[in-house]
Amino acid sequence: MTGSTGEASAPLRVYLVDDHAMFRAGVRAELRAQPGAAGSPDIDVVGEAGTVAEAIAGITALRPDVVLLDVHMPDGGGRAVLDAVRRTLPEVRFLALSVSDAAEDVIGLIRGGARGYVTKTISPEQLADAVRRVADDDAVFSPRLAGFVLDAFARPDVPVADPELDQLTNREREVLRLLARGYAYKEIAKELYISIKTVETHVSNVLRKLQVSNRYELSRWAADRRLV
Amino acid sequence: MNRPSPAGRPFRRLYRDRDDRVVAGVAAGIAEHLRVSPLVVRVIFIGLLFGSGFGALLYVAFWAVLPVRPPAGEGEPPRRSNGLQRAALVALALGAVALQFQLRPSFSVDSALVALAVVVALGAGVIWHQTDPLRRRAAATADPSVSGAAERLRVAALVEEPPDRRWFLLRVAGGGLLIIVGIVGILGFLAPGRITLSTMAVGLLFALIALVGLVLAMAPILWRIMGQLREERVARIREQERAEVAAIVHDQVLHTLALIQRSATDPSSVMRLARGQERSLRGWLYGPVGSPNERFAAALEQVAAEVENAYGLNVETVVVGDAGHDERVAAVVAATREALVNAARHAGVSTVSLYAEVEGDALTVFVRDRGAGFEMSTIDSDRHGISGSIIGRMQRHGGVARIRSTPGEGTEVELSIRLVTPAVPGEAAGAGPQTVTVPGEPGLGNTGRQ
Repeated sequence: MTGSTGEASAPLRVYLVDDHAMFRAGVRAELRAQPGAAGSPDIDVVGEAGTVAEAIAGITALRPDVVLLDVHMPDGGGRAVLDAVRRTLPEVRFLALSVSDAAEDVIGLIRGGARGYVTKTISPEQLADAVRRVADDDAVFSPRLAGFVLDAFARPDVPVADPELDQLTNREREVLRLLARGYAYKEIAKELYISIKTVETHVSNVLRKLQVSNRYELSRWAADRRLV
Repeated sequence: MNRPSPAGRPFRRLYRDRDDRVVAGVAAGIAEHLRVSPLVVRVIFIGLLFGSGFGALLYVAFWAVLPVRPPAGEGEPPRRSNGLQRAALVALALGAVALQFQLRPSFSVDSALVALAVVVALGAGVIWHQTDPLRRRAAATADPSVSGAAERLRVAALVEEPPDRRWFLLRVAGGGLLIIVGIVGILGFLAPGRITLSTMAVGLLFALIALVGLVLAMAPILWRIMGQLREERVARIREQERAEVAAIVHDQVLHTLALIQRSATDPSSVMRLARGQERSLRGWLYGPVGSPNERFAAALEQVAAEVENAYGLNVETVVVGDAGHDERVAAVVAATREALVNAARHAGVSTVSLYAEVEGDALTVFVRDRGAGFEMSTIDSDRHGISGSIIGRMQRHGGVARIRSTPGEGTEVELSIRLVTPAVPGEAAGAGPQTVTVPGEPGLGNTGRQ
């Protein structure tokens, strides 16, 4: 909410964490080539790391705006990086990036503090868009993540402990459903006759619920995978 | 596992048959091997009791060396022998023993020796049987050519830790005690007079000390042998897993990579190959979602995969909830397929979104593309697929198909239907109460016969 107002001219500082050097090179080239709103590139890759230790050191030293975080790495993965720097650097936003579509990976990263999740097959335009969105403190949900959340917060058969946190509102559900159907925020806004800003607020609220809710299914997922 | 011999005849070994036993199943096992009635064998054993109890010695000796017949199949109820027959046989055996004492009231050295030999054999048998599972496992390890050996091995490794070490030691100690008692007794009879109670006690003590010494001396060797066996087993399991991974990599991944290199100039076929391989690896890594013939989600994934494969298209599939399979679900899946094919053919895009949702008894599917779109008025004339295979099909099964399309912006097909079978609460919802469908209700399709 702060990033886009004063420093519109300064490019976003992005840090890449992935153990595949080829993939990092590809993403770096793609992000630097993406034209921003003003026509000139608005995203700069300021550093990259291939291991968890490098990543922790690099992120702490450079304090980037956004970290693109691979879920699976040999020495602990994105989750280890998140756990190490999330507390000390709350202003750094994380966007999880993975080839995995497994629910436990997605939910684990989100609950670890990532503000979004996209798969590696995403197009360069969409990735740049997601980076901007996360930098703006919004949430980024891939269709699949939206599906997982709908599944996890499905019909409350049992009374939930905290309705504020453990249930989705009807509006949030509608927004997620449209996300899962492949709609962009702009299209969702048009479909539901609300502003894009409202869509963003709904998605951010869902993200918060996903991160802090203790709903049975979420905690069971986490416990099964020993994530939390 | 009754493995047939190469000739087709079942491989016959002499086993003990625990299912059909009076004492330990020896007679039943022998009878089965010789293909005679167990009763005959039992009567022969009892008859042999007259030879100073030789029948008992023979029986115990068989019991000690014969392995138990492995269960023939899962869930087969154990055969119970006739209780009346069992009682009669036991009575007969007791009668034989009593009669023998009656015939030769004087204390017979032979029969006492036989009895002591029986005690020794019993002790040896108890110890011998403790090692049995170990031997079986070793045999399985040594013979990987037997089909299913890998599975058995893995299961054995996971399940077959020594069930109870204390019980094991207790049995071995008990067996050892029986052997010692028997041998000491035999010595006492063979050298009468020279062995008194006190010398026997001293002898026993020495024997015990010697035994303890022997155990102490052998323990490290035994321990190492067991450790080696365990290591070997673990190594073999790893080897099996590695072979499985190698098979996948070799048969699929390398093959796909070779094909991709050969068709590097054709982006759409590269895309198709890569997607197909990705799907197959995912299925292998995360396990299949279920059978396409039984689950809605699995059927939908399969249709999406088919269309991806046939048209080199990327179908982004998201399924929330799941349901069983019946005629209506099949109709929705078929209509979905048609919608995907339409998008692949006419929209001119590389990605189509497929979203399906099962909530309560409502099943909804959305197929959306950001492609060319079309004028709705042209549907009837040149888009037979839409009117017949999508709208008509949904109507025939009591569902609805809605199509929204704007030229230049894309198309969205929405299919919705009421399920007759209740939705399965997704894996998230746990074991909630479920409505049970009544078989034979009209319109149920094949659900009653699942």
